Amino acid sequence: MLYSLRQGFKNIGRNKKFSFTSIATMAACIFMFSCFFSVLVNFQNMVREAESSVAVTVFFDEGISDAKIDQIGDVIRKRVEVSEVRFVSAEEALHNFIRDYLGDENSELASAFLEDNPLADSANYEVYLNDVSMQGALVTYLKSIDGVREIKQSEVAAKTLSDFNKLLGYVSGAIIIILLCAAVFLISNTVTIGISVRQEEIAIMKLIGAKDGFISAPFVIEGILIGLIGTIIPLVIFYFAYKNVVSYILGRFSILEQLLTFMPVEDVYRTLLPISLALGVGIGFVGSFFTVRRHMKV
Amino acid sequence: MITVKDVSMSYIKGAPALKGVNLHVRKGEFVFVVGPSGSGKSTLLKLLLKELNPDYGEITVAERNLNKLKRRHIPAFRRELGVVFQDFRLLPDRNVYENVAFAQRVIGVPNKVIRRKVPVMLSMVGLAEKYRSRPDQLSGGEQQRVAIARALVNEPKILLADEPTGNLDVNNSWEIMRLLEEANERGTTVVVVTHNKDIVNAMKKRVIRMNHGTIVEDMGYGGNIEEV
Repeated sequence: MLYSLRQGFKNIGRNKKFSFTSIATMAACIFMFSCFFSVLVNFQNMVREAESSVAVTVFFDEGISDAKIDQIGDVIRKRVEVSEVRFVSAEEALHNFIRDYLGDENSELASAFLEDNPLADSANYEVYLNDVSMQGALVTYLKSIDGVREIKQSEVAAKTLSDFNKLLGYVSGAIIIILLCAAVFLISNTVTIGISVRQEEIAIMKLIGAKDGFISAPFVIEGILIGLIGTIIPLVIFYFAYKNVVSYILGRFSILEQLLTFMPVEDVYRTLLPISLALGVGIGFVGSFFTVRRHMKV
Repeated sequence: MITVKDVSMSYIKGAPALKGVNLHVRKGEFVFVVGPSGSGKSTLLKLLLKELNPDYGEITVAERNLNKLKRRHIPAFRRELGVVFQDFRLLPDRNVYENVAFAQRVIGVPNKVIRRKVPVMLSMVGLAEKYRSRPDQLSGGEQQRVAIARALVNEPKILLADEPTGNLDVNNSWEIMRLLEEANERGTTVVVVTHNKDIVNAMKKRVIRMNHGTIVEDMGYGGNIEEV
């Protein structure tokens, strides 16, 4: 094993030009993967936050009792797609209305409303969801609850967010698959060249009685090392690049701070690091293992 | 030790390289196979190594029927053989010590044993002091001695040599033949394919003459040849 490992390292040294090209291409692929991945997780994070702010409002029948309202609240809270249920009393609804629409300049009208609340039947539940795509099903259910008069929802917002999330997932997935295929192909090419350069050596090994595993192990290790080196380099670069880009965007365009909430680099790397390393090693293994098997027959 | 029964083999259909070859080599024999270029000597050697498979006939080497030998058992079979080539086939990027040690690493011999055995082998072929030299720093004769050390280090039952003196001068050729003879005296069965009639005639070993893909004569021990 130690011998194969040493030979794997030596193979990279012997085949400098091609190894360098493969590492560079692998690094480019993983760097792009990191970019897409961080964009994807940041968007998903933003979408999640946006989703959590999209609420369904549930209004009750006129003259409903407080006990019945509590009972409806309990039923809604039990639904799996519901993340939060907030009760808004008729008084709170009126205060919100006055704050949003009347302001300080209409204080007389506002005080008249406080004496005779025109929104007496506007007590409601604001229901927040875990997943906006479940909004339709939830609304159908809410309508069937006894004591519920009306449901208000933002169907367009829910659909747009849900569709955008899906689209982003598909596009990223497709691009990542293409990049990974390219990386497998390149590593396979490098190993093929390595095998053809060392055809004589392989022939000698076979005549001496080396098993296929002994002959192929250094090449597979070479592939894995290329994958690993080609992963570590871009991950280190991307770590600092991400931090700098985020702080640059937020520093330069401070208005975006309200709209865009970037995830901290540590949070991104908690998932990106193991996935990338597994990809690098996996691509190196797949690219070299099957190439070696194809080219080596005793 | 080696039995070849009615073996035929063609590289191209209709142009057989070997035709109905029969040969029996007993344990501990030293056999020269001679014949002109294209007579089938090297093809015979490749069949014995299971680098090629016969179209017809049966080959048994070191008690293994090569016709029935499964692919996964070929490495184990080859470990019972030592092979020497005209062009030495050393690993150019490794020194003398590593070239010989390589044969042992391949079969999983522990480093401790390798460190003990390789210097002994290099002393035997007279290259103990050149263990750090690379093949391109050695003469042809020295390179062939390294190849012999590599072939013998695993103590094979059979040593197959394809034109081992083909690239060497007279003195070096004799030196190589002396090493092969010593290996034979230690019990290794030796089969040498050669063009060198002086050596064949002088060594008084069993001589097999081939021509046009067949064994035309088994001259027995001490057979003298006029031309190859």
